[in-house]
Amino acid sequence: MNFTIKETERSERIGRLIENLFKKMPEIEADRAVLLTESYKQTENLPIIERRAKAFCHILRNIPITIRDEELIVGSATKVSRGCQTFPEFSYQWLLDEFDTVETRSADPFKISEDTKARLRDAYSYWKGKTSSELAEATMAKETLTAMEHNIFTPGNYFYNGVGHVTVNYGEVLAIGLKGIMAKAEKALSEMCVACEDYIEKSAFLRAVIESLKGAIEYSKRYAVLAREMADKEGNSVRRKELMDIAAACDSALENGAKSFREACQAFWFVQLLIQTESSGHSISPGRFDQYMYPYYKADIEKGAITQEEAQELIDCVWVKLNDFTKVRDAASAEGFAGYSLFQNLIAGGQTKEGLDATNELSFMTIYATMHVALPQPSFSVRVWNGSPHEFLMAAAKLTRLGYGLPAYYNDEVIIPALVSRGLTMEDARDYNIIGCVEPQKSGKTEGWHDAAFFNMCRIMELTFHNGMDKGVQVGPKTGEVTEFTTYEEFFNAYKKQMSYAIRLMVNADNAIDVAHAKRCPLPFLSSMIEDCIGRGKSAQEGGAVYNFTGPQGFGIANMADACYAIKKLVFEEKKFTLADFKNAMDDNFGEGVSDEDATKITTEIVRQLVSGGMEITDNQIAEIFKKAKGAGNGKYAALLEAIEALPKFGNDIMEVDAIAREVAYTYTKPLEKFKNPRGGMFHAGLYPVSANVPLGAQTGATPDGRRAYTPVADGVSPVAGRDVKGPTASANSVSRLDHFIASNGTLFNMKFHPSALKGQSGLESFVALVRGYFDQKGSHMQFNVVSRETLLDAQAHPENYKNLVVRVAGYSALFTTLSKSLQDDIIKRTEQGGF
Amino acid sequence: MDKYDVKGRIFDIQKFSVHDGPGIRTIVFLKGCALRCKWCCNPESQSFEIQNMTLGGKTKVVGRDVTVREVIDEVLKDRIYFRRSGGGLTLSGGESLLQADFAAALLAAAKENGLTTAIESTGFAPFSTIQKILPHLDYYLMDIKHMNSEKHKKFTTQPNERILENAPKIAERVKLTVRVPVIPGFNDTPEEIRDIATFAKTLTGVTEIHLLPYHRLGADKYAGLGREYELKDILPPTDEHMEMLKSVAESAGLKCQIGG
Repeated sequence: MNFTIKETERSERIGRLIENLFKKMPEIEADRAVLLTESYKQTENLPIIERRAKAFCHILRNIPITIRDEELIVGSATKVSRGCQTFPEFSYQWLLDEFDTVETRSADPFKISEDTKARLRDAYSYWKGKTSSELAEATMAKETLTAMEHNIFTPGNYFYNGVGHVTVNYGEVLAIGLKGIMAKAEKALSEMCVACEDYIEKSAFLRAVIESLKGAIEYSKRYAVLAREMADKEGNSVRRKELMDIAAACDSALENGAKSFREACQAFWFVQLLIQTESSGHSISPGRFDQYMYPYYKADIEKGAITQEEAQELIDCVWVKLNDFTKVRDAASAEGFAGYSLFQNLIAGGQTKEGLDATNELSFMTIYATMHVALPQPSFSVRVWNGSPHEFLMAAAKLTRLGYGLPAYYNDEVIIPALVSRGLTMEDARDYNIIGCVEPQKSGKTEGWHDAAFFNMCRIMELTFHNGMDKGVQVGPKTGEVTEFTTYEEFFNAYKKQMSYAIRLMVNADNAIDVAHAKRCPLPFLSSMIEDCIGRGKSAQEGGAVYNFTGPQGFGIANMADACYAIKKLVFEEKKFTLADFKNAMDDNFGEGVSDEDATKITTEIVRQLVSGGMEITDNQIAEIFKKAKGAGNGKYAALLEAIEALPKFGNDIMEVDAIAREVAYTYTKPLEKFKNPRGGMFHAGLYPVSANVPLGAQTGATPDGRRAYTPVADGVSPVAGRDVKGPTASANSVSRLDHFIASNGTLFNMKFHPSALKGQSGLESFVALVRGYFDQKGSHMQFNVVSRETLLDAQAHPENYKNLVVRVAGYSALFTTLSKSLQDDIIKRTEQGGF
Repeated sequence: MDKYDVKGRIFDIQKFSVHDGPGIRTIVFLKGCALRCKWCCNPESQSFEIQNMTLGGKTKVVGRDVTVREVIDEVLKDRIYFRRSGGGLTLSGGESLLQADFAAALLAAAKENGLTTAIESTGFAPFSTIQKILPHLDYYLMDIKHMNSEKHKKFTTQPNERILENAPKIAERVKLTVRVPVIPGFNDTPEEIRDIATFAKTLTGVTEIHLLPYHRLGADKYAGLGREYELKDILPPTDEHMEMLKSVAESAGLKCQIGG
């Protein structure tokens, strides 16, 4: 196929919009929470779904609106760029507690004025006992709460926030407008019989849908009025014309559907903004923007109503807007999601519903937009299949080379059959897009509950070594004293039992939260754009969607693969060490000890648990516990560590180790898929950690693979950092040996490159071949950190973490850490100069 | 003897090489070389003997004896990437021609498995030896370091006549690319590069010349082998100088790239 498309420069306007975006520090604003609370106080007699609709409308009619300088696409959630509103209906206590530190914390700080604090304090005083998180906590099993307290898993995301993680039917909104959707709801309502057993609930839902759609339309028209007012006062005739065009688009596009590409961009943006205003979830993902926007682009180009450059500028404007809202999270979560990220995943390329290649001009233009804005949002992805045009992948590779870590690459050849195996029709599966990080779903039909919890497989290893005990508490089942196991199978079965038990508790936690969302925070506006909520007369939170899933993600596979291999080899095959040796080494953190601060924390926690369990503790015992927590006897475990170090590791294309990794992954993926959620769907696994492998690793003791206590756990399905030493192809081969089909909520494979490795046409060609080769072997996802100068400096300081970092040195490629200091300095210097 | 049973001595296998022949390639480094280039970045490749080398406080054994079967099994692990990129096996060294039977068997086995084959070699061997490998070879990446035999000998310990005699014969039989390691103080003047380029232009089918700027990649290894690195005071050529040499090479009528 020939694409009539050329790479364009970014316009000067886009540069200025970006500059304005970062002029001020992100700020917390009070308006949404105050208006929400006002409305809730007025509606206590109504069904929750109608209360939600009324609150949504009250917010949209009264929240301050802003058109920022030079914008072509308008609509802002906050007065200040990159600000955020708050959502007390999900949870609020953490923010109250952090009012005075949120501005100065290290990860994602937010400004908050004294006036805002006062208004929020007043609003929040209404919410005690009324939030979804409080209801969820009240309904969870006791042992679930215990397991969460011990950091075996954490469902924190949806426990304290909205769910988000959805792609609505943008295409339908563009085609028939909210008025068209409202007509469907009105028709459904009119066809119902008042005497039907389900009339009461269904009619309340449909009324709520109609009301919230009206509120949304009014909101867009407020912008039309504002734009006209501004146009009247505008001295510059060019800007006046722009404001009049904005007014025209705001007047009609959202309500009636788009009649031009510009209107389509504006309507798209309103939908995105309004979903974000209704609920606090993140990962509200635009999905297949290049597909549903294409008819409007094509028509305008054919009519001569727009040039490619003009369309590109509009797309670039949308990209800037996607960076204009943020989300305040509690301090601990902010560490895990650092970067103010909202994970709005937008994907280009792939196949049509009919299985033909779907790449079009907009697919390329989304790549160019990502190059032009160089901002973290959208989380830009591309779909790859055997029929993907080479020139499209080459354009994507060029973007990779710029080093923003974008795009992520997804494999249709795995994801489509995986989704079909989960009950999607072939047509729907072919039309998948990605949510958030790596999670596939069919847009406009799915409540996927992706990202439902982080499950730490390394903590299960600790439980296995302690017969289910953790810090003096029986957290897991009694699976036997590890020192008494006589075969590897016995040991591995104990691990599997601990896994299955903890997975059940995680399911309990997720389902409690799921029910709490349905009872306290159903979302009528969002649900109106998800099939078959109107047909079934219930919200997506209550099971209105065609497809329902819950997808919690396990992580630590590479550590557990290396750990199980070490035990199998050293204990049961070579018989050089015993499980007791491993246990002692883990308890003593391989003789390395921990900092006094960490040891004090651990001691305090153990003592607290023991005391609350009714034990009396003497000072001597406390000193003993401290000593143990601190770890002692440097050198005592040198022989064991050396033996572990010498073993082959996951990530080096060694069949025997990779086979263990596959089994380890099954201990998570297989038990999970037996469970169902309250919306009538199933659980399925993801294997990815977002960036939580670092903070959650900090809660994890030493593991038998030689990983020291409180250090990061391996990310996603990637090998442990620094242990894959045979280059990218070997690493990819190992990772492809996991079963990516069963992990149908997504897998994440991270690879590090230096831009130099992608130099020139041949560098790009080889890069594309690497992606294709991994995908030929049924890997699901791949992303590339083309590393920066800062990373190189860090690699110089901590070479053990960067053993697989490829750099190109003049005519040669080499592993960075194997280079001499002076040569490393040379390369760093060149990176600084951007000399590639 | 079955070619898969032929034995040889290698010191490394490096995967995902994307600058030494077309596509994604796996390089097998054979041990032993007849030249002793002062700038050599793989000094552990020079002696045929198995050696100890100490790097970063750790001593490792350099060199192991392997069969073609063992090497090919390792190489074929990346077959899927070769197929996607047109890549394959590259032999490097050392000088593979010093183990010509092993090299020929390796290349033949690679061809039998559908891979493209390349060799990085200086061509310093009797032509009859080179003829053993040519039937199994797609790309010959040939080092031509200097046109003056005396200077060649001073910096590499060997004269260049045999290399210059072999070059046209190889070029008549396989696709040949000329590569020049650009070493300050040895061959980095415009005249020296022009002479090499002019010679390269006379070779059948040769359209390209690669200028590989001197780098210090192997400097630490000399100490690791208990040897002295003679070029420690030499700095890599500047980008501007390389660009100048590139235009010199191009004026001889060849396509020229900096780096492999």
